Amino acid sequence: MARLAGDWTTRWARQMQSALDKAFAGHSRPDALEFDFEAVTALDTVGALLLAQRRASFGEAVRTTIAGASGAQANLLGHVNAIEVHAPEKPLRLPLLLRPFERLGRMTAAALGDLVGIHAVLGRTLAALAATLTLRAPFRFAALVNQFDLIVFRAVPIVVLISVVVGAIITQQSILQLNNFGVAIYVVDLAAILMLREVGLLLAAIMIAGRSGSAITAEIGSMRMREELDALSVMGVDPYQALILPRMLALLIGLPFLAFIGAMSGLAGAAIVAFVYGGIPIDIFLDRLQDALNVRTLLVGLVKAPFMAIIIGLVAANEGFKVAGSAESLGKHTTASVVRAIFLVIVADGVFAMFFAAIGF
Amino acid sequence: MTRITPTDPIISIRDLVVGFNGRKVIDGFSLDVRRGEVLGIIGPSGSGKSVTLRTVVGLLPKTAGTIEVFGRDYASLSRQQRVEIERHWGVLFQQGALFSALTVIENVEFPMREHLDVPRKLRREIARFKIDQVGLPPGAENLYPSELSGGMIKRAALARALALDPEIVFLDEPTAGLDPIGAAKFDELVLSLKDALGLTVYMVTHDLDSLVTVCDRIAALGKGKLLQVGTLDELLASDDPWLTEYFHGPRARHLEKT
Ligand SMILES: Nc1ncnc2c1ncn2[C@@H]1O[C@H](COP(=O)(O)OP(=O)(O)OP(=O)(O)O)[C@@H](O)[C@H]1O
Ligand SMILES: [Mg+2]
Repeated sequence: MARLAGDWTTRWARQMQSALDKAFAGHSRPDALEFDFEAVTALDTVGALLLAQRRASFGEAVRTTIAGASGAQANLLGHVNAIEVHAPEKPLRLPLLLRPFERLGRMTAAALGDLVGIHAVLGRTLAALAATLTLRAPFRFAALVNQFDLIVFRAVPIVVLISVVVGAIITQQSILQLNNFGVAIYVVDLAAILMLREVGLLLAAIMIAGRSGSAITAEIGSMRMREELDALSVMGVDPYQALILPRMLALLIGLPFLAFIGAMSGLAGAAIVAFVYGGIPIDIFLDRLQDALNVRTLLVGLVKAPFMAIIIGLVAANEGFKVAGSAESLGKHTTASVVRAIFLVIVADGVFAMFFAAIGF
Repeated sequence: MTRITPTDPIISIRDLVVGFNGRKVIDGFSLDVRRGEVLGIIGPSGSGKSVTLRTVVGLLPKTAGTIEVFGRDYASLSRQQRVEIERHWGVLFQQGALFSALTVIENVEFPMREHLDVPRKLRREIARFKIDQVGLPPGAENLYPSELSGGMIKRAALARALALDPEIVFLDEPTAGLDPIGAAKFDELVLSLKDALGLTVYMVTHDLDSLVTVCDRIAALGKGKLLQVGTLDELLASDDPWLTEYFHGPRARHLEKT
C-alpha cells in the first residue's frame, strides 16, 4: 500500500516523481497495489498521470485499488487511466559518419533547386509579360505606379545620402594620396569614373536589395503563408502577373534611375570635398569633369543596372515562394533574399568589369 | 493565490465598455461566471464575443468597468501577480494561435517550460498525455502547425491551453471546423475535464449541440450588451427576437424535439 499526502499537482512534479521513485525503490513487483488518498489535499492531471504511469510500469497483472479518494479525485484518476499515452516516435537518425554527406547532399540539392527556381520565376514572369504585351492579360498600371513609388521614389533620399558620403570619403582619401605626386586635380577623373562606372550603381543596387528585396520576399512569403497566393490562383489570377511583374518592372525601370542619381550625388560629394579639402574650385572641377567623362562611361554604369534589377527581383521572388508555414521560415528566407541578392549583385559587377575590360569598352 | 469560496463568481464582469477609436464595441456588459460551470457565450457575428474574451484575459484595454478574475482586478495587479493568474487560465484562440516555428509537442510543452520546474523527460510525457487527452493522432506530435488540418489545430491549441492544468479555460469557437464526430468528442472531453478537474469553462460557440450537451448556462450577447443569461430552457423561453430566431430557426429544429 502506498500512502500519499499533500498536494499532487503540476507545481510539485519533480518532487512527486522523486517521492514515487524513493517509495518504490528496492521493492520487488507487488501482487496488488493500493493507493491511499486519505491525506491528499489536491490532485491534478500530472499527479494522476504519475500514478497511472507507476501502475502501468507493473503491468496489467497487478491489481490496483484506490482508497479514500474524493469523488472528483476518483473521476480524474479514471479519466487519466482511460487515456492510453502513445509511445514516442523515434526520430530517424543517421550515423554520425554519414551526417556531413547528408548535409552536403541537401545543400547541393537546395542549390540546384534555387537555380531551377530562379529560372522558373524568370520564365513565368516573362510569360506574364508576354501575356500583358499581347493584351491577353491586364496591364496593372496602378500596381506598377504604386511599386515604383515604394521601391524607387522612397529610396531616393537614402541613396542620395549614402552616395554623397561615399563620394566624399573616396575623394578625401584620393586627394591624400594624389597630393604626394602633386596631381590632386586627377581626383576629378578618379571620382567621375568610379562613381559613374561602379559605385553609384553598386550603392543603389545594394540599397535596393536590402530595402525592397526584403520587402518583396516578406510580402510574397506572408501571402503564401496565409494562402493568399492560392486564393489568387483559384480565381484565375496569375500571381506572377499580379504581383511579380509590377515589382519586377518597377525595379527594372527604377534601378538605372537610382544608379544615375547615386552617381550624381557621389559626384556632388566629391566636388564638395575637392573644394573644401583639396582646394579645387567648383568651376575647375566641372571643367575637368567634362574632359574626363564621356557618354561611354555613363553607359557602362547604366547598362549593368537592369541586370542587377533582375537579379534582385528574381532572388527576392524565389525566396518568397520558398516560405513555408512558419514565421521562422519567413524570417530565414527574408534574410537569405537580402544576403544572396547583395552577393550576386557584387559578383555580377565583377563579371561585368572583366567583360568590359576584355572588350575594351 | 487567495482562496475564494465556491459560491463566489470566478469571473465577474461589471459594466464593461470596450471601444476601438471611439467606436464602442462592448457597451455596459455585466456577467458572472461561477466556479466549475461551463458557460456558453452566443451572439451574432461581430457582436463582440471575441473582444470580450480578449479583454477578460487582459489582451485589450477596457475603457470602463471592472473585471475580476479569481476575485482580483486583473488591471490593478503587478506583473508578478499577473503571471500568477495567467498560470491558472488557458486560452484557446479562434485561430488556434499555435507557434508556427514549434512542433505540436513543443507547443504543448512551451507553457510548462516557461512556468514550471519539470524534468525534461517528464515534461515530454505530460505533453504526450495532453496530446492524447485531446484526441490528436499520435503521428501529429512532430508536425508543425502549417502541416495540420483545421480541426487538428484546434485540438493542439486546446492541449496547449490545458498544459498547466488551468482552473479556467477560455475557448473561442472550439468546435468550429471540427467534424460532427470530432465535435461530439470535444464536447465529451470538455465535460469529462469539467468533472475531473473542476474546470470552469468560458466558451464562445455557435455550435447548438455543444450548447445543449455541455453548457450549464448560456449568455447571449447583442449590440455590446448582455441580452440574457440563463439555462438553455430559460433562453428557449425568451421572447427576444434574436434569441427566438437563434433557438427556433431552421438549424435549431432538432433542439425542440430533445
Ligand atoms: N482590433 C480591432 N480594431 C477595430 N475593431 C475591432 C478590432 N477587433 C474587433 N473589432 C470589432 O469589434 C466587433 C466585434 O468583434 P469580435 O471579433 O468580438 O466579434 P465576434 O462576436 O467574436 O464575432 P464572430 O462570431 O464572427 O467571431 C466587430 O465589429 C469588429 O469589427
Ligand atoms: Mg470571434
